[in-house]
Amino acid sequence: MTAALAPSRLGTYKRAEECMGTVFSFHVVLTEANSERVEGAVEDAIAWLHWVDETFSTYRHGSALNRYARGELELADCPAQLEEILRRCSALEARTGGYFSAHLDGRLDPSGYVKGWAIERASDMLVGEGATSHMINGGGDVQCQGRTADGEPWRIGIASPFSREMLLGVATGSPLAVATSGNAERGDHVLDPHTGEPARDLASVTLIGTHITVADAYATAAYAMGKRAYGWLASLHDYRAFVVDADGSTWSSDPGAAALAD
Amino acid sequence: MKRVILSIAGTIASLAALLGFKTHGAAHLATLPSASRTTPTQTPTGGGATTIGATPQPSSSSSSSGASSSSNKQSSSSSSSTAPRTAVGDAYQNQFGTVQVQVTVSGKTITNVKFVQLTAYDQHSQEINSQAGPMLLQQTLDAQSANINGVSGATYTSTSYVQSLQSALDKL
Repeated sequence: MTAALAPSRLGTYKRAEECMGTVFSFHVVLTEANSERVEGAVEDAIAWLHWVDETFSTYRHGSALNRYARGELELADCPAQLEEILRRCSALEARTGGYFSAHLDGRLDPSGYVKGWAIERASDMLVGEGATSHMINGGGDVQCQGRTADGEPWRIGIASPFSREMLLGVATGSPLAVATSGNAERGDHVLDPHTGEPARDLASVTLIGTHITVADAYATAAYAMGKRAYGWLASLHDYRAFVVDADGSTWSSDPGAAALAD
Repeated sequence: MKRVILSIAGTIASLAALLGFKTHGAAHLATLPSASRTTPTQTPTGGGATTIGATPQPSSSSSSSGASSSSNKQSSSSSSSTAPRTAVGDAYQNQFGTVQVQVTVSGKTITNVKFVQLTAYDQHSQEINSQAGPMLLQQTLDAQSANINGVSGATYTSTSYVQSLQSALDKL
């Protein structure tokens, strides 16, 4: 698929790019100060995403990640980001009771971390180029900074896992990160790292916060937890959860209440 | 200093009430229904919603004094309908402290909002308020008609993206 291009009548530059088996959408609000630089900044961010894919993909035999996993490369000989990825995955594993894990069946697979992390770094790159208001949506994992061209907080719809034509809620804020984990489109692709079995208790888990890397990892972990996710999500102070159970019922957490309860 | 752009519809009093009840986060305010325009005398007289940019600033010395006062102070006014007018809303207490807002109106447009009292924002409250953070509005909507910028769902593959809502939003 080719890119959707061109600044919109709302003063938003839009671009879409296929990468990592999904599509990344960029919406960048143009200002007098940044308009000359936005297109180049988005291209740089896209180049970054492709580099991440080539370097850290588990699907590419020759990726640095796979070569490291096979023992062909020392960590010191890999791109420095690999050490960062592994360290942060370990921290997330601890924070999620092992439900988020970069190791599955003894195989190194940090792909549950890499996409969100790549999006967050791309967002940082845009901010660095003066594109302080933007949205990046990587296959349903969304990072927003600043405001829309209308000056409003970004509004991100949460699609029903049962019908993509229906939204079950809208997340809004600035900054804003929204990640959803579920089985709606790729079959049972989230496995419980403790059992190796597909997670099936929940239809989808959405995490709403400020950083997509954390939101994405938490959503993956909570989805793998199944029914255990409710208690864990309710204890989070800084990320709001929205859960659609396999039975169709919905539930959302209240981070403010979690903070007061401590 | 927090910077927020507030989407405001309603009286000064209801604005202050909402700020007091919730947080300074714009996400909450963005959900206010259309209500009335703001007047210096704080009398709702009907009108439409107004979108403004504002930098709420706890004013340095005046904000901390008289924190218990809930009286209205009209700091300036004009008989002209277009000259900027400023009004101070009621002070509202909530569990975290006191919030009082000053609004400047030019014609029917709110041109500035600042906090004249913000005792709520001690260390602990700031923690709580920042944790309230990004907001979830739970409502069932038809995806095609919803006023959204993007969509989050269980992983969208590139194949399905072609038919997805996000791809439609990219073209708007």
